[in-house]
Amino acid sequence: MSQTQTPRLSISVAAGKGGTGKTLVATSLALALNDEYPGQVQIIDCDVEEPNAHLLLQPELSEEAPVYVLVPQVNLDICTRCGECAKACEFSAIAVIRQAVLTFYDLCAGCGACAYVCPTGAITEVERQVGEVRVGRVGEQMDFIAGCLNVGDQRATPVTMAVKKRIDPKRISILDAPPGTACPMQETVEDTDYCILVTEPTPFGLSNLKDAVDTCERLGVPRGVIINRDGVGNQGVADYCAAEGLDILMRIPQRREIAEAYSRGETLAEARPEWRDDLVEMYKRIVEIVGSQSVQEGVS
Amino acid sequence: MKVAVSSKGKDLGAPVDPRCGRCPYFVIVDTETMTAEGVKNPGALAGTGAGVAAAQVIANAGADVVISTLVGPNTFAALKQGGITVYGGVGGNVEAVVTKFKNGELQELEDPNAELDAGARRRG
Repeated sequence: MSQTQTPRLSISVAAGKGGTGKTLVATSLALALNDEYPGQVQIIDCDVEEPNAHLLLQPELSEEAPVYVLVPQVNLDICTRCGECAKACEFSAIAVIRQAVLTFYDLCAGCGACAYVCPTGAITEVERQVGEVRVGRVGEQMDFIAGCLNVGDQRATPVTMAVKKRIDPKRISILDAPPGTACPMQETVEDTDYCILVTEPTPFGLSNLKDAVDTCERLGVPRGVIINRDGVGNQGVADYCAAEGLDILMRIPQRREIAEAYSRGETLAEARPEWRDDLVEMYKRIVEIVGSQSVQEGVS
Repeated sequence: MKVAVSSKGKDLGAPVDPRCGRCPYFVIVDTETMTAEGVKNPGALAGTGAGVAAAQVIANAGADVVISTLVGPNTFAALKQGGITVYGGVGGNVEAVVTKFKNGELQELEDPNAELDAGARRRG
């Protein structure tokens, strides 16, 4: 790789357990990289149920775009109540109970099967807004993208997918994932070059970390661990990482000043500038790890 | 007429399962002949939308009446809109509750009497 070329990875930051410090790490990493590679960094908040990166970064928003899913609208004059739509629906979002045709939009996944199988063409797919994508800028040069699912709606993934569509693959992207290991986290981590798993060194942290590592394995995404609140808990996480050959990329100590800074909306880099260098070094190390993996797999 | 009873088993002697949306079976009883047939409830395995799936299988079985203990909002709405009468709050076995129904001892439900997904949080 040439000296003048910015290594452009997409890095997701996930955890399993909530509250371990994903957003702290994601926003700190993005700001540190923006200093090192100005104008080359995007921060993407993929926790569409509870976005919070904006609280630390104070972006100036330039666009709010609605996200739609398709739901069935039934013409009851054409419908023969045959029930094929209900049979086809995996989500029980459409039902034919005697002469009543019922739709449950909050259960609908927008797959279109009902409209497809309807023998009389009685079903039209119409748009329903489920959330929005917010685009803006942090400071002069860092791009900000976030998603927000409407309160009361259950399916996060359509909004997550709409957010990820805005990512510029020619620049560095740091994706703040939601907690857990279910669909919203998987949709975020999938197809990223590397996943940083932030954990706390406690039995609870370890238990959820194992789920998260397993999920990354199934998604085929290389991963490493940051231990946050280092000093509390026990050696379980460190022992697990050693046994599994998982890199411990960084250890962030348990320090009151970090919690105080975070509660003021400040990131690691702002609380202690030397962490900016540590974060950039970590990124460069991840670039090497991903690069050597690609060579091993025969990818040019 | 045909009556559907939420049940743990497939015949007249089976105990009532209190969770209308998430019971394992419905026993469909012909009140004239007192013959019974058990049908599987797809709502038993559903994460969400259990009540809708249950209502669909009840309607497909040709039942005019449903008898159960706890009926949540999705189940209730789907059945009511289809014109199927709902009775709740009963226990015992299938044969006993159908007999009570025939004797006019049951009260029709005007509203759901359970919370959404309540049946997912208990084993019945």
